[in-house]
Amino acid sequence: MNHQFELPGSYKKWTLGLIIAGVIALLYGFIMFHPFEHAGHGEHVDSTRFWAVLLQNSVYWLLTVNACMFFICVTTMAMGGWQVAMRRVPEAISSVVPILGIITFIILMAIVWGGRTDIYHWLDKDAVAADKILNGKKGFLNPVFFTIWSFISILLWSLLGRKMRSMSLETDKNGTMDYETGRKWIWKNTVWASLYTVFFGLTVASTVPWLWLMSIDAHWYSTMYSWYTFASTFVSGLSLMAIFVIYLKNRGQLEYVTDEHLHDVGKFMFAFSIFWTYLWFSQYMLIWYSNQPEETRYFVDRIGTARQSGPYRGIFFFNLIVNFACPLLILMKKSTKRSWTIVTFTAVLIIFGHWIDLYQMVMPGTLHEHAQLMPFEFGIAALFIGLIMWGVGRYFSKHSLLAKNHPFLKESMIHHT
Amino acid sequence: MAGIKKFVVGSFTDEAVLFPAVKNVRKAGYKIHDVYTPFPIHGLDHAMGIRETSLHTAGFIYAICGTTTALGFMSWVFTKDWPLNIGGKPHFALPAWIPITFELTVLFSAVGMVLTFCYLCNLAPFVKKHHFHPRATDDQFVMAIECTDKTNDAEVQSFLQNAGAQEVNVQVAETGWWIGRYDKEQKLYRDEIGY
Repeated sequence: MNHQFELPGSYKKWTLGLIIAGVIALLYGFIMFHPFEHAGHGEHVDSTRFWAVLLQNSVYWLLTVNACMFFICVTTMAMGGWQVAMRRVPEAISSVVPILGIITFIILMAIVWGGRTDIYHWLDKDAVAADKILNGKKGFLNPVFFTIWSFISILLWSLLGRKMRSMSLETDKNGTMDYETGRKWIWKNTVWASLYTVFFGLTVASTVPWLWLMSIDAHWYSTMYSWYTFASTFVSGLSLMAIFVIYLKNRGQLEYVTDEHLHDVGKFMFAFSIFWTYLWFSQYMLIWYSNQPEETRYFVDRIGTARQSGPYRGIFFFNLIVNFACPLLILMKKSTKRSWTIVTFTAVLIIFGHWIDLYQMVMPGTLHEHAQLMPFEFGIAALFIGLIMWGVGRYFSKHSLLAKNHPFLKESMIHHT
Repeated sequence: MAGIKKFVVGSFTDEAVLFPAVKNVRKAGYKIHDVYTPFPIHGLDHAMGIRETSLHTAGFIYAICGTTTALGFMSWVFTKDWPLNIGGKPHFALPAWIPITFELTVLFSAVGMVLTFCYLCNLAPFVKKHHFHPRATDDQFVMAIECTDKTNDAEVQSFLQNAGAQEVNVQVAETGWWIGRYDKEQKLYRDEIGY
């Protein structure tokens, strides 16, 4: 069987359609929302909305595609063989990291160097000088460190990911490996995968969510926050992978991917939805229990208080239902994890749910009660989805869909849960 | 304690022989009582045509019981029976109960599933079951075919021999379990195999 995939016209049409819809939304925002109007905290809401929506979408989609490279690296380090039959799918998704990385970097720089104090309160020098808490965080929350660290993070995710992909792609040219070459190749992969994973821990699982998202609520902090963001984007990345695997399978590709592989992807989605809930709850319960005003502030902005319900109450609990209750109940049974239809449905639900999750992380601290969920928000999301589809499609049409010389391919072909 | 039945028992030394034998025996229409193996064999349950276990459904039901027990009991205690003011929190303090609810859910489901598993496998202290071949726990794969009134056991025996069985014999045995102790009432292994 030929593992070369010809992109069908419908795929290209959808990609183009989503990108056009996104560009229209972006232009609409550019003209109507006056994004470069200088706004302080709470003034000129439209301009704040423009940047907040861009921030939410760029960070969410970047971390989601980046999570696919994390998936490759952890399975490599665990000597996992089952995923080899579909390994080119997370590879293709992670090949979008440089593109989304550049876009995210531009957006972050526009926010930080454009002095958007309405997004990041800590950019306001006078406020920081007068504020004991923000003054104490000055060494971390300042434009220079923000820029350097964001740059290094995006650069290294792209470069290390590229290295992982190129090692996989060169096996296509080099032919079948004998035992000794295979062993060396696996070892080399393990070394690069561990470098990536360590750096991933230093960025996505700690500093990057602190800088990009948690610093919106500059006074507040939570030690769960980065893990929470990681879990959110990792489960979305797995869902994205499941959707592309199912799409290719429907197109008659990926002949060695069976129900058994889908079952394991479904297990991952199920398990990490519960992991996300565990972090959601740990963050919520500890703050609720200790009841310190500076900590509860975060939840008051979202749910409100017993007397006055907040503007995000609906979204806040919707988030919990879509991202916890639905995956838990839908994916619990073995038969649903092996059903291509139900896994597709759940994957779409999870991706949407975590998009909403990031929405309720970004909006309350920037737009307060003025947040909207209108075609503009969805249009920007469409732009990013279109870009991901474009990048993934490019990778699929350029490279073989099967890593046919991977030493663990046999293990993946006979995989049985 | 399901009564005495007659079985034709064949023992195999190789699982590569066992699989086709299971397939052929089923194809010939004989009723396989069970296959006893020294270690779990992947796919044997499928080959024997045993239906998927419902143990996990039972586990889900036990878990739901655990959840309702925990939430029901705590809300009754803290809102009706003995309301306490703990740190100014509301009496119905749901977030504080979630960890306990979770633990009870896991506990009920785990313990319930273990007990159900033991019941399904007839495992309990002082319960005995007939052993068709003592080496089924060592190095032999033992297949027991149940004889009905219409079964010609000589025919089954030769069928098993042709399928690759090393030892074939006819045994009349209790199909269920009975109360007894293996350590007290058992012939020594070496007596049984005739050392």
